[in-house]
This record gives sequence, structure tokens and C-alpha cells, in this order.
Amino acid sequence: MCLAIPARIEELTTPGNAIVNLGGVRKEISLALVDDAAVGEYVIVHVGYALQKLDQEEAERTLQLFAEMGQLDELREELTGGAA
Amino acid sequence: MKYVDEFRDGDLAKNIAANIAGEAHAGRAYRLMEFCGGHTHAISRYGLADLLPPNVRMIHGPGCPVCVLPIGRIDQAIRLAREQDVILCTYADTVRVPASANLSLMRAKAGGADVRMIYSTQDALKIARDNPQREVVFLAIGFETTTPPTAVAIRQAAAEGLKNFSILCDHVLTPAAMHAILAVEGGVALDGFVGPAHVSTVIGSKPYEPFADDYHKPVVIAGFEPLDVMQAILMLVRQVNDGRAAVENEFTRAVTREGNLKAQELVAEVFELRDAFEWRGLGSVPHSALKLRPQFAAFDAEQKFKVDYVAVPDNKACECAAILRGQKRPQECKIFGTVCTPENPVGSCMVSSEGACAAHYSYGRFRETA
Ligand code: SF4
Repeated sequence: MCLAIPARIEELTTPGNAIVNLGGVRKEISLALVDDAAVGEYVIVHVGYALQKLDQEEAERTLQLFAEMGQLDELREELTGGAA
Repeated sequence: MKYVDEFRDGDLAKNIAANIAGEAHAGRAYRLMEFCGGHTHAISRYGLADLLPPNVRMIHGPGCPVCVLPIGRIDQAIRLAREQDVILCTYADTVRVPASANLSLMRAKAGGADVRMIYSTQDALKIARDNPQREVVFLAIGFETTTPPTAVAIRQAAAEGLKNFSILCDHVLTPAAMHAILAVEGGVALDGFVGPAHVSTVIGSKPYEPFADDYHKPVVIAGFEPLDVMQAILMLVRQVNDGRAAVENEFTRAVTREGNLKAQELVAEVFELRDAFEWRGLGSVPHSALKLRPQFAAFDAEQKFKVDYVAVPDNKACECAAILRGQKRPQECKIFGTVCTPENPVGSCMVSSEGACAAHYSYGRFRETA
């Protein structure tokens, strides 16, 4: 029950509520726990509430970190003649 | 799905795995505890243990709210529903947890009790508004992620003057449980923690600093996607190799050092610490759970209906307690997968997909026999 996923805010509804898109399913959630969430932003949704906004720049940075490590691996493979 | 699928890329996972294998010293063991049930679920579901060298071992921790709730707490809810005729609302996983006398909330429901599964505390409030002639009790369980939504509901109920709504408060605290794990007698040998994902979005990374500073255990907070978990393991292996113990954050896209201050303030306004709370597997842990503040006493079902907590021992065959302490693995329980299955759970760890036994049953069971 701790599972929660990032979802994109599609529409602000009544004050403090929003419609998010959870993998194609539109659902109304409460924004009572986050400040100034705007349409187009991603939030982490848990039991019907946005727990935190998702920082898109940080998300990209983390993804880059994974990718760079991939390159590092290739480098290592080249250096060791594919025996990594 | 954006910001989900990218964190599940199989090739990248293999790359990180190669780095872990390259950097983990063959001569030593790395025993890493994933505290959170969400990580247990990810590790089993994506077969991450198979990507790790044999000397890097993941140990499941007690971070599944359904798993750590002792039988007596479910009994309390069942008594309320059966004897006091309340509408008992709760999150879905809780209804299947085995309670005393061969009951569960689901069986109580089948026997006529009014038990309703809800998705959000907003649903519980709605049920209370729609049924003014009935008492509605929300069985409020969970770690720091589910507590703020309960706080919001209490504040709303107070503002609306909703008199037929109350909660059975079983909200528990992550850092207190981590302390308890490290203090367990005969201890669990641990080299570091994969720190909780969503709990940390609320409380931030700061509360873990004592584990690094005082206990010298590295903590890496990780998101719930497979690449997050793999990256966190790599970061832990590096810390262990360097002899360092720090709190590091892999989940910077959602976790800051301070966490969600708005949520923290709401929780502090509505709740205060309990002196002690009994956990399944960890026994009574001081200052490890929350109760409503005196000014919200009208919403406290324990006081309103005078249902006391009565401790009940676990089923004798069940090893949940040792599993939750990180001392045993699911397959070491004699009734794992035979008498105890997700369809017919004997212990709490077999109930939710984040429980160690259920996760291992659903995804990892055949690997062990190979
Ligand atoms: S297999 Fe069932 S009975 Fe055994 S430890 Fe797991 S949940 Fe408890």
C-alpha cells in the first residue's frame, strides 16, 4: 500500500483538487499537501493525495547518471578488450 | 508512462549490475537491508537479486505497514465493526490480514459486519457525510506517507463538525523502527540501508542522519523503480568499500533534505507521539507511533468506543516476526507456500504484495529451487 507513482496534472478542479493522468486513467486527487502545483507538472500520488512535486530536472539528471554509467561500461569493455 | 518507464530500462539495469559486480570486493559480504516494502516488491518483481553478485545480499526490512501491524490491532477493528455496528473503512490490503479466532476484516464482512474498502481518506469522509445516522470509523494505518492524508481528513472533519467520524490510529514511524532493528538483541548484521522512497518525500533525508553518524550505517534513499534500487545498491557498495557512512540521496527528483514541510506541519498539528507502540516482530518500541492530540479526542475511536488494545501472540508456525527483523527469509518458514499462500495467508507478510513472503511467493519462489 506504499506504492505510489508519478502522475501528470491535467486539470485543476475545485480548489485544492486536480485531475491527474495515471497511466491513461484520469483520476481526481487532493493537492492539500503540496503548494502551487500547476497543470503539466508531475506529482507523486499516494492514496488519493499528491505527496510531493516531482522535479523534472532532477529526474533527467538521474536518468543521465544511469546513461553515463552505461558509457563508462563501454569504455571499460574497450579497455579490457570486451572482457568486462 | 513518463518518469516511470525510463526508470525500468533493462539494458541500463544490466550496466549498473556490471558496475556493482566490478566494484564489490569478492572477499567480503555486503548485507543491505531494504527497509521499505515498496523496494521489496521492486526487487522481487524485477528479479533484481538475480542481477547481483552472490556476496551482495538484500535483507527485507519491516517497512510494510500491513506486515508490522500486530494481530491485536486488527482484532480491535473487528470488535468495533461486529459489536458496535460501526461502518469500518480501511485501505484494501488490511482486510485480508489474519486476526484472532480465524477471522479477518474480510471474514467479518462476510459475516455481516459493515466493512468498506476505501482508496482515500476523502472516501471515508464522504461515507460519514452520506450516513449521518451511523458511526464511521477509519482504520488509519501506515507510515509517514499515509499519515498526512489522515491529518487532512481530521482537520476537515473538525471544520465541518462531522460528529459521526473517528479513526483507529495505527500510524507508525520509520526512523523509530530502524532504531529498533539496529537495537535488536543478537542483532542483524547489516552493512547499510536502502532508505525509503515515499516516506522520505514527506520526512526528507535528514531523519536518517543519526544512522550514519551514530550507528555508522550508510543509508541511500532510493526511488521505487528498478534502476533506482540498483543505483542505490551501487552507491551503498561504494560507501562500504570506502569505509564511509553517509546519508546519500538517489531519489533527488522527489526527496529533499527537509522533506514536505507543509505535510509535516499538518501532521504535527493533529498528532503527537505515543509513549510506546507494539509492532509485529519488533515488540513494544518507544515513541514509534502517533496518536491524536487531546484537542482532537472526539475523533479518536479508541476513546469514543472504549476499545482497548489487547496483545495477541502470532500463530506459532509463522515466522513473520523473524522475517520483519531481517533474521529469517520467507523460504525458511515451514508453512511458506504450502499452508500459507497469498490466497490463504497465515501471517501478515503473505498479505500485501509488499510483504516479504507475498513478494517472494509471487516472483521469486522458483528461483530458489533451481
Ligand atoms: S510464510 Fe506465512 S506463516 Fe510463514 S512467515 Fe510468511 S506469512 Fe508468516
